[in-house]
Amino acid sequence: MIIKGRIWKFGNDVDTDLIIPARYLNTTDPQELASHCMEDADKSFAGRVQPGDIIAAGRNFGCGSSREHAPVAIKSAGVSCVIAASFARIFYRNAVNIGLPILEAGASVETIENGDEVEVDLATGEIRNLTHPGVYRAAAFPPFMQQIIKAGGLINYVKERMAERA
Amino acid sequence: MGMTITEKILAGHAGRERVAPGELVNCRLDLVLANDITAPLAIQEFRKLGVSKVFDPGRVVLVMDHFTPNKDIKSAEQCLVIREFAREFGIVNYFDVGAMGIEHCLLPEQGLVLPGDCMIGADSHTCTYGALGAFATGVGSTDLAAGMALGECWFKVPESMKFVFHGELRPWVGGKDLILYTIGRIGVEGARYRAMEFTGEAIGALSVEGRLTMCNMAVEAGAKNGIVAPDDKTLAFVAGRARRPFQAHAGDPEASYVEVHEYEAGQIELQVAFPHLPENSRPVSEAAGIAVDQVVIGSCTNGRLEDLRMAAGILRGRRASSKLRLIVIPGTQEIYLQAMREGLLEVFVEAGAAVSTPTCGPCLGGHMGILAHGERALATTNRNFVGRMGHPESEVYLAGPAVAAASAITGYITHPEEVVSK
Repeated sequence: MIIKGRIWKFGNDVDTDLIIPARYLNTTDPQELASHCMEDADKSFAGRVQPGDIIAAGRNFGCGSSREHAPVAIKSAGVSCVIAASFARIFYRNAVNIGLPILEAGASVETIENGDEVEVDLATGEIRNLTHPGVYRAAAFPPFMQQIIKAGGLINYVKERMAERA
Repeated sequence: MGMTITEKILAGHAGRERVAPGELVNCRLDLVLANDITAPLAIQEFRKLGVSKVFDPGRVVLVMDHFTPNKDIKSAEQCLVIREFAREFGIVNYFDVGAMGIEHCLLPEQGLVLPGDCMIGADSHTCTYGALGAFATGVGSTDLAAGMALGECWFKVPESMKFVFHGELRPWVGGKDLILYTIGRIGVEGARYRAMEFTGEAIGALSVEGRLTMCNMAVEAGAKNGIVAPDDKTLAFVAGRARRPFQAHAGDPEASYVEVHEYEAGQIELQVAFPHLPENSRPVSEAAGIAVDQVVIGSCTNGRLEDLRMAAGILRGRRASSKLRLIVIPGTQEIYLQAMREGLLEVFVEAGAAVSTPTCGPCLGGHMGILAHGERALATTNRNFVGRMGHPESEVYLAGPAVAAASAITGYITHPEEVVSK
């Protein structure tokens, strides 16, 4: 699975309140959540993000609350993938469960700049910067996690598996 | 090789003799928990599974605590979805307005979570229950949906970090100060994916409430869970509350820890965490004099009776500064009632505080105390992220109830000695 997109770069410790402020958690509507995505970090994000764009960030991305609304907002905003030096654990699990590809890429994220065009291979974990040429390797998703992403999340994956068994 | 408490609980619930850090295990769950923010998404996903019942209607807990009493039409609609689900699936432990409390104050009080339990909650502060010697961790709504259906969840066995607090605590210093101090040393990802085990004489001397405060904030260091070995205090706390058998575990002496941190409790001062991360903790003396517009005493971190008693002890016979708003939120109905019987609520009202029904409200910028742009709060809550309590240009300082009460009187961040000695 190859993903190509333009980078939105953020710093360390991007918490879930920055990704989707709690004042908008009175809804589960993905489009409404998307319209406030990253609002307190960059007010222009939701209006300017294009389908396929990629978020790159530093350490501990998604720290804070367990709100699954955070990866839902990112995915519904059209973001194709999140690359970070490291992820907080609940966010990581939630992202996989809702089918948002994420890659833990360590310090190599530092070389990726805002606006760069980047290509990501989820099967190998290879990240290719097309603007500032360079190739980095993140831990690849094991096959079952790739299948969860492909199915669009854990629930769809479980349903597909159950249908196969039936 | 011995096992830590966390490893023993996970092994027991995975039907295994033993487990080691890094192993993936599928565990039986004693309890699953969700609130009015996370349950609607979980219910939506649960319904997609097309199953006709939850794994055990007595082991699913739904608490309407975040945006309740409902702050707007949308949050009312969310609670309606949950209320209907609870009726349809016969959920025994459904807590609505009038019965509910802040979930992490409520569950231990109601005896719903017990030593040795393995549980998940769709709320990051689910790690609170480690204070009772349970393995408890936060998950998202989809994991919770699967947990409600199966009564199982998979985990990677975390490496354990041990935090030893030697000696005696200074006056006024409590669980909040110990955990803020610890996060200040190791940072907000210092325990990422790991278990934080708290031990030592100072932890033994802490009340169960103080330990709940400490484990509550384990997630603020990135931890999967916090845990304290059950002792006589733990067993006394659960006696009379527990309505099912439980098994208290102790860690093996030869259990292995990825890191051991040792602190002298007597060296730890009252702490204040500066904006915008809990790791920015410093002794209160370094924050002294910073003016605040609002003081909040409450939350799943410090909304328990002991916290209210501490705050009332300082506020009794004094008035909050007219330059700020003081908001006091008892964590549960039981705490509210007891605080009323003890005259604590009277102390707060006479001090000029707004005393609220239990709610998470202001802690996450939901309602009941939102900050305007440029405003600054001192709160006994757990997060001081950008915009956490309101406007993105507002600020939150974190502290325990003693500093919060003293600061409410003066209008600026204050050591309690400064007001009680007067």
